[in-house]
Parts: sequence; structure tokens; C-alpha cells
Amino acid sequence: MSQSYDRGTVEDFGRWRSFTAGMWAWLFHKFTGWVLIGYLFTHIAVLSTALTGEAAYNDTIVGLESLAIVRLLEVGLLAVAVFHILNGVRLLFIDLGTGLEAQEESFYASLVITGAITIASVPTFVSGVF
Amino acid sequence: MAEHYSSFDRSGTKWLLQRVTAAFLVVVLAFHFFLLHFVNHAADVTFAGTSARMSTWTYFSLMVLFLLTATFHGVNGVHNAIVHRDGIDGWKQTAVTAVLVVASLIMVVQGLRTALVWTNLF
Ligand code: HEM
Ligand code: HEM
Repeated sequence: MSQSYDRGTVEDFGRWRSFTAGMWAWLFHKFTGWVLIGYLFTHIAVLSTALTGEAAYNDTIVGLESLAIVRLLEVGLLAVAVFHILNGVRLLFIDLGTGLEAQEESFYASLVITGAITIASVPTFVSGVF
Repeated sequence: MAEHYSSFDRSGTKWLLQRVTAAFLVVVLAFHFFLLHFVNHAADVTFAGTSARMSTWTYFSLMVLFLLTATFHGVNGVHNAIVHRDGIDGWKQTAVTAVLVVASLIMVVQGLRTALVWTNLF
């Protein structure tokens, strides 16, 4: 069963802080997981234009990729995916029994690395559309 | 205070399968982004390019496994969140499960049909 938590008293600042990091991690993981599965349904729908024929597939992809909004959404999707992967790996390690002591640090590290990878990828993702 | 937050009941098969698929997806999803955004630009994807990739056994089987595991992992995650965490039962639980199973099946079938159009392996 998922554990319930006792937030402790408001003055107990240390407990309040550790509650927050774990809670944010949980929330972000949920949000990014739902975005990814939502994307997968859309993705298969778009790719399945190939069933109608080669031209339909090519035109759909060229059409979508020429829209700036699609490029920006792709950057967003990358951020979502990178966070879900890194945080997911972090959770897998915790399940295997290591890393719980450093869970806040590893969560912040996931955030920073996600940010860095996302920013570094912007040029590649938007090239040719603006 | 909980030491650790998880949406899953840690003793179940669904919990285990969620971890196993996650371990596989780490590699494949990262590879997928890398291949289709950096090695090949997403904007330059064409039917011919996709076909060439999908016509090798390695890539084809990887993509089919990716489709199956991502669908399972994503839908199992959603199912778990709705049914177990929010604690619904009875006919509501049956309805949610049925909708998710049907939606996944439609998507997997559609994905497989698409994969078969791309490939020349058969
Ligand atoms: C790429 C590597 C991935 C890793 C390492 C990973 C890891 C995880 C883990 C460990 C959980 C369970 C969290 C918990 O116990 O609360 C989870 C939940 C979830 N994942 Fe993933 N995942 C990955 C990819 C994906 C993909 C591709 C999708 C969508 C197709 C996805 C969708 C979800 C959803 C919907 C949940 C449930 C979130 C919730 O609690 O509401 N994940 N993931
Ligand atoms: C914006 C980022 C993405 C791009 C540009 C992209 C592009 C593509 C393309 C072009 C294909 C056809 C195969 C090929 O040409 O090699 C494909 C297949 C696939 N993609 Fe993605 N993809 C992206 C993100 C994702 C994500 C996040 C997921 C998982 C949630 C995913 C899951 C799949 C699956 C399962 C297939 C196989 C489909 C089938 O066999 O019918 N993709 N993708």
C-alpha cells in the first residue's frame, strides 16, 4: 500500500522540507507519465497515416514539422521524457535499496540535468522552422 | 512521514512489471529521441527512411517491443493511479479497466498494422 504521511508540525522545518522534495518528485513523475502515454496515442495516430499511403505519411510529417508550435511542443516533450527517465531511474535505484539517503539530492540532480539537456537541444529541435 | 513515495503496491506483479518495463524503456526511449532528432532530423523523416529502418530485423523488433512495453507501462501506470490509488471498486473499476484495455488494444493493433506497412520483411 502506498504509505500515508504525517506532515509533522509546521515549526518542524526539516521534515516539511523533505516532504516537499519527495512530494514534488511524485507529482512531476505522475504528470510526465500521463503526458507520455497521451503522446503515444497521438504519435501512433499520426504515424498510421502511413496506412493511407506514402504521400500521406510524408505530407503529414512535413506539415507538422513546419509548424513552430509543433517544434516547441517537441522541446516540451523532450523535457518531459528526460525528467521521467531520470527520475524513473532514481526510483528504480531506491526500489533496489540504494539512494534513499540521497533522495533529495538525486531529485534535484534530475531536475538540473533535465534542464541542461533540454536547453542544449533547443537549437537542434527548432532548426529550420523560424 | 513516508520515507518514499510510490503510487504502487510494492508487493504486486503489476508493480514488478512496471519496473521491468521501465528498465527496458530507459534505453529504448533515449535511443529513439537520439535517433530521430539528432542522427536523423525529425523534419527529414520520410516513408522511405522509415521503411529502410523498419526493414531490418533488429530495428523492427525493437520498435514492436517498444510499442508493447510503452503501452503496457503507460496504461498500467494510469490504471494503477485511477483504480488503486484513488480506490475505486465495483462496476466503476470494471468500466475503467475495460476502457483502458480496449484503448490499448486499438492502439497496439494500429501500431502493428503501421509497422507492417513500413517493413518489407514479410
Ligand atoms: C523511459 C524510461 C521510463 C522509466 C525509467 C519509467 C519509470 C517509471 C516508474 C518507476 C514508475 C512508477 C512510479 C511509482 O511507483 O509511483 C512510472 C510510472 C508511470 N510511467 Fe514511466 N517510465 C519510463 C517511461 C515511460 C513511458 C514511455 C510512458 C508512457 C508511454 C510512461 C508512463 C508512465 C505512467 C502513466 C506512470 C504512472 C504515473 C502515476 O503514478 O500516475 N513511462 N514510470
Ligand atoms: C518528438 C519526438 C519523437 C519523434 C520525432 C518520433 C518519431 C518517430 C518516427 C519517425 C517513427 C517511425 C519509425 C522510424 O522512422 O524509425 C516512430 C516510431 C515509434 N515511436 Fe516515436 N517519436 C518521438 C517520440 C516518441 C515517444 C516519446 C514515444 C513513447 C512514448 C515514442 C514511441 C514510438 C513507438 C512505440 C514507435 C513504433 C510505432 C510502430 O511500430 O507502429 N516516440 N517515432
